[in-house]
Amino acid sequence: LQQRRGLRLSAPAAIQVTVRDALNQALDEELERDERVFLLGEEVAQYDGAYKISRGLWKKYGDKRVIDTPISEMGFAGIAVGAAMAGLRPVCEFMTFNFSMQAIDQVINSAAKTCYMSAGSISVPIVFRGPNGASAGVAAQHSQCFAAWYGHCPGLKVVSPWSSEDAKGLLKSSIRDDNPVVMLESELLYGVPFEMSEQAQSKDFVIPIGKAKIERPGTHVTLVAHSRPVGHCLEAATVLSKEGVECEVINLRTIRPMDIETVEASVVKTNHLVTVEGGWPQFGVGAEICARIMEGPAFNYLDAPAVRVTGADVPMPYAKLLEDNSIPQVKDIVFAVKKALNI
Amino acid sequence: MAALRALRWRRLPGLVPRRLRSTAESPEERPQFPGASAAFAERLEFIQPNVLAGIPVYRVMDRQGQVLRPSEDPQLPKEQVLKLYKTMTLLNTMDRILYESQRQGRISFYMTNYGEEGTHVGSAAALEASDLVFGQYREAGVLLYRGYPLELFMAQCYGNASDPGKGRQMPVHYGCRQRHFVTISSPLATQIPQAVGAAYAIKRADASRAVVCYFGEGAASEGDAHAGFNFAATLECPIVFFCRNNGYAISTPTSEQYRGDGIAARGPGYGLLSIRVDGNDVFAVYNATREARRRAVAENQPFLIEAMTYRIGHHSTSDDSSAYRSVDEVNYWDKQDHPISRLRLYLGRRGWWDEQQEQAWRKSSRKMVLEAFEQAEREPKPPPHLLFSDVYLEMPPRLQRQREELQRHLETYGEHYPLQHFQK
Repeated sequence: LQQRRGLRLSAPAAIQVTVRDALNQALDEELERDERVFLLGEEVAQYDGAYKISRGLWKKYGDKRVIDTPISEMGFAGIAVGAAMAGLRPVCEFMTFNFSMQAIDQVINSAAKTCYMSAGSISVPIVFRGPNGASAGVAAQHSQCFAAWYGHCPGLKVVSPWSSEDAKGLLKSSIRDDNPVVMLESELLYGVPFEMSEQAQSKDFVIPIGKAKIERPGTHVTLVAHSRPVGHCLEAATVLSKEGVECEVINLRTIRPMDIETVEASVVKTNHLVTVEGGWPQFGVGAEICARIMEGPAFNYLDAPAVRVTGADVPMPYAKLLEDNSIPQVKDIVFAVKKALNI
Repeated sequence: MAALRALRWRRLPGLVPRRLRSTAESPEERPQFPGASAAFAERLEFIQPNVLAGIPVYRVMDRQGQVLRPSEDPQLPKEQVLKLYKTMTLLNTMDRILYESQRQGRISFYMTNYGEEGTHVGSAAALEASDLVFGQYREAGVLLYRGYPLELFMAQCYGNASDPGKGRQMPVHYGCRQRHFVTISSPLATQIPQAVGAAYAIKRADASRAVVCYFGEGAASEGDAHAGFNFAATLECPIVFFCRNNGYAISTPTSEQYRGDGIAARGPGYGLLSIRVDGNDVFAVYNATREARRRAVAENQPFLIEAMTYRIGHHSTSDDSSAYRSVDEVNYWDKQDHPISRLRLYLGRRGWWDEQQEQAWRKSSRKMVLEAFEQAEREPKPPPHLLFSDVYLEMPPRLQRQREELQRHLETYGEHYPLQHFQK
């Protein structure tokens, strides 16, 4: 598109920001905005965070707001839940969500269920966050995706950002939400820069929990993904576009409550559905999307069964070639689209 | 208030700041490890676990309600001691009636507090009304002492429409926000780190409040307990941990639950000031809790109280303890060392209570409980639409739609459902 010459207001100053810096900004802004907010976890203070997400925050806010904990996930998750019950707004970092399994009782039996079980008299305004899913060369116990596990539970909200805007906007919304929120980040995305609009750079930029985003409009097939696979879907869309297939790529952004309406509207338009996720196939995010599409109006608009692209149904192997082929790649998405379209 | 010495361990030399150590010692003579620095030892010697065996049991009264050292008598005014007595006996009466009601199929489940009433009221009396309480499930007396009405205890057990908990929980899972008693949660020991987190929040708010966290000696085996104790010390929180060591965790006796000297002996390992008390002696419980609470708030440090007692009843209505312990053993505690009897004897000695008052109170307390009971029996269940609320603070659209769907369904097919038992 040619820019017309002539006097015009300066273009919005979009800049490149990594997901890490976006998360850091969000934490900084929310710590400043509300003194009840505090961050706790292993290595978050002096070390600046195991993945440097909390860089500079301990220096700026001190021991009261950024707390290094002993190595006990069940311990510090429980502490965070108790602090939330007593009126603070903790952000509880798991070094990876794999370790959250050691604290999962506190997350689900306490954080998720307490509002209901106390008949609304106790709220738990807590955010559990950390890297989720595949990384690189860290093997099975560091690579599991927990979207389906936490997405399963009523009482929790679960978000899964992809871009820097997603990361910043969703973290801010999660911290401001009075319900317990699980935020599933991706270690592989931390260092990836994305364009952030001027609007997204503002201190009040929030993204509503429960709304998906259409990253790329299309007409022939709906691709639905969350987190890193969204990027793979966009790449696949570029490849397929050269063959005349226009993909509509939906970034779920939120796992629970899932914005199935956006997916339905898209399927009504394209008549074909492919879901993409890093997690294992059984009982996964894709399975839920397919079930809900069947239960709703969009089913009648499907011209072919939906196709799921998922991680391989094995614990994540260590060897690079095996690992690469255990998570969805662009070629797998392209193949799935062609299968759905029968081309 | 009599002086109370919590069992205190000499501070390890390593905790003395470097600049205050003797300048005569050269650095080569002392360990320099960041993790701990006591003196060096040149003889191979393992510390025996039983070097801590027999942390003594602090008591004020003997088993006949006689105060042993007058200086330890907290000198509580008559009305308060009577309140202690009446709370314990009312709790006992309520327990009997509700246990029976479960046996008759009126409620699904119940847990009694027989034998442990002293731990509840002794500690509750020592707290301020606004101190935050995290319980396990056998602390109903704390709530009763704080004035929770019998009607609401019953309503919770019946899960009926008056239950502030909206019938969401099993019986005995009470909670009361106004009385600062956090709703009971079933998984054991999860309340321990939560209590620490809440204490941290209270410290941040600079409130003169303490948190009291109750748990049994069995729950103390959970990993959460370890983490909670450790964090309370590292975060320097105004919290009193109160362990009810009643001898059994369902059928598991303490000899199988742990091999160390109970729970009190673990405290110093975490850096907690610790004490063991006679849990069947309300004054001992009162004294220890009062002092621990005062210092926890004043000094922002955690305390651990292990109250030794005995679980006279079954673990719950799902348990029959004759399968693992003798009737004689139970009878001993019921007859020879019961918190209610011991306080009764003390009251008698003070001339504050007699047999006539006892009979009158038994009659009137039983009447009160039965009235509340009958009231609860008559009440309807909560309305069906409450199925959907409080999953989140705001009801999500999906649940709203389902609630409306149910409403429409009931409008059409309501006659096939026992709606007469539910509030509209």
